Amino acid sequence: MAIVRKVKTVFSKSLDDFFYGIAELAQFSVNVFKEGLRPPYEFKEVLNQCYEIGIKSFALVGVTAFILGLVLVMQSRPTMIQFGAGSYLPAMSSISIVREIGPLVTALICAGKVGSGISAELGSMKVTEQIDAMEVSGTNPFKYLVATRILATTLMIPILTIYADFISLIGAFVGSNIKDNINIYFYFNRVFEALHYTDVVPSFIKTFFFGFTIGLVGCTKGYNSKKGTEGVGKAANISVVMAMVGVIIIDMVVTQITSMLGYL
Amino acid sequence: MINATLDMVNESTTIASQPAIEIQHLKKAFGSNVVLRDFSLTVQNGENVVVMGKSGIGKTILIKCIIGLIKPDGGTLHVLEQDISKLDHRKLDELRMRIGFVFQSSALYDSMTVRQNLEFPLRHDRHRRITGNIEDHIREALRNVGLEHAINLMPSELSGGMRKRIGIARALILNPEIVLYDEPTTGLDPITSEEITQLILGLQKKYKTTSIIITHDIDLAREAANRIVFLMDGIAYAQGTYDELIHNTDPEITHFFKR
Ligand SMILES: Nc1ncnc2c1ncn2[C@@H]1O[C@H](COP(=O)(O)OP(=O)(O)O)[C@@H](O)[C@H]1O
Ligand SMILES: [Mg+2]
Repeated sequence: MAIVRKVKTVFSKSLDDFFYGIAELAQFSVNVFKEGLRPPYEFKEVLNQCYEIGIKSFALVGVTAFILGLVLVMQSRPTMIQFGAGSYLPAMSSISIVREIGPLVTALICAGKVGSGISAELGSMKVTEQIDAMEVSGTNPFKYLVATRILATTLMIPILTIYADFISLIGAFVGSNIKDNINIYFYFNRVFEALHYTDVVPSFIKTFFFGFTIGLVGCTKGYNSKKGTEGVGKAANISVVMAMVGVIIIDMVVTQITSMLGYL
Repeated sequence: MINATLDMVNESTTIASQPAIEIQHLKKAFGSNVVLRDFSLTVQNGENVVVMGKSGIGKTILIKCIIGLIKPDGGTLHVLEQDISKLDHRKLDELRMRIGFVFQSSALYDSMTVRQNLEFPLRHDRHRRITGNIEDHIREALRNVGLEHAINLMPSELSGGMRKRIGIARALILNPEIVLYDEPTTGLDPITSEEITQLILGLQKKYKTTSIIITHDIDLAREAANRIVFLMDGIAYAQGTYDELIHNTDPEITHFFKR
């Protein structure tokens, strides 16, 4: 009985936290649009953040994407050959990489790397009064710090995803070539043959939502972090968890919608 | 000759004009924690007021209200003849350019060099408060605080006293009419504190700023204050010149002047 009550309270508390978190994000994004859309725009800072967020993630995303492409092929190859479908290996890997593995892995890695970085940075700026200092010198921190970062993640996650798709396909090619000997032109021919625009377009569109979510969550948690270094650590931690869950929920919703529209 | 006449004109307009800061019945509470209950204070143009009071009593909240970082719950607040609560974003930003704020933690931008820290407030100088070469202006600001050689360093490479100096240089970069100092000498060794005190005095004389200085530092208060205000229980509990207050017998006040 006591356990039931305990579970109940824990559950209702985390439900409260969940709705509070959603409300916080919604209110924050309203502010971002309100402030961010008002000129003057901070183009230079957007470019700077694209560099910080995008270019500095290329190595990590590339290595992971390559390995996942390689492993995907090495693990599915025996089964597919068993069913006499060995020749479908390029098609299978291209569809699973472009539809799911590329976007999701890029978003999850960036939720960890970029999301925590943003919220730790904004959090420490908040607790050391740097955000206040910006405000008193006539710079709107929502515009300068937050809108620029969210725009940068929204633009860079799709670009990183395209890059991850390519690297991952190369990984898959290398994986196929360990046992078979496939010509690279032939391989990529099969890859692109298998891809329909209904595979490419929805999965490309969802990466913008992934990027927006990662930026929004990181900024909200950092900007609203509690005083003290402990608050900053907590904010970074929560923002990673929330961004990852958010990405997965969006992925699920997008898959549902595209299948309802008959694209799957 | 011309300068002298100009000075006289300036003097007379200063005397005739409104106070620089006029705070009436200011209220601010965080939940049940009433920080400012009924705080009133008038600071004349060119006056230097020191605010003293226990830690956590609401001194920082007070000056953050003055610059519009915190919205008060009640009362009125006029700064340079403008009602803070009635200003839109743009007007508030313009007013803020005329006020310098020295943060207790210095609040230097970690990701920027000293030069970029000083350049930052100049980004929105639409009304051209600063004319002429920006580079020269930045170098002069650094020379004023004796740190010209630090121009390319990062904040993490500076000592506490140096950070304070850069914080002061940044607050003064737009030649503000009012400067708000939040505990400029707290946490520094006695020698560095004395240096910062002399720096503040020198800058007050050079730029003829109006200022509010929050401090526990008796030396700074004695040297810089035209008037000292004690903040307690959310009101201006007592005020007067340094000499008046050291002879005050209220135990709450004598406390502060004990060494
Ligand atoms: N953002 C905030 N939320 C809730 N309470 C706050 C906040 N900022 C300050 N306070 C409270 O207001 C009081 C006054 O703070 P402050 O002005 O920083 O004190 P000090 O006089 O030391 O500068 C403190 O009790 C502090 O806990
Ligand atoms: Mg304080």
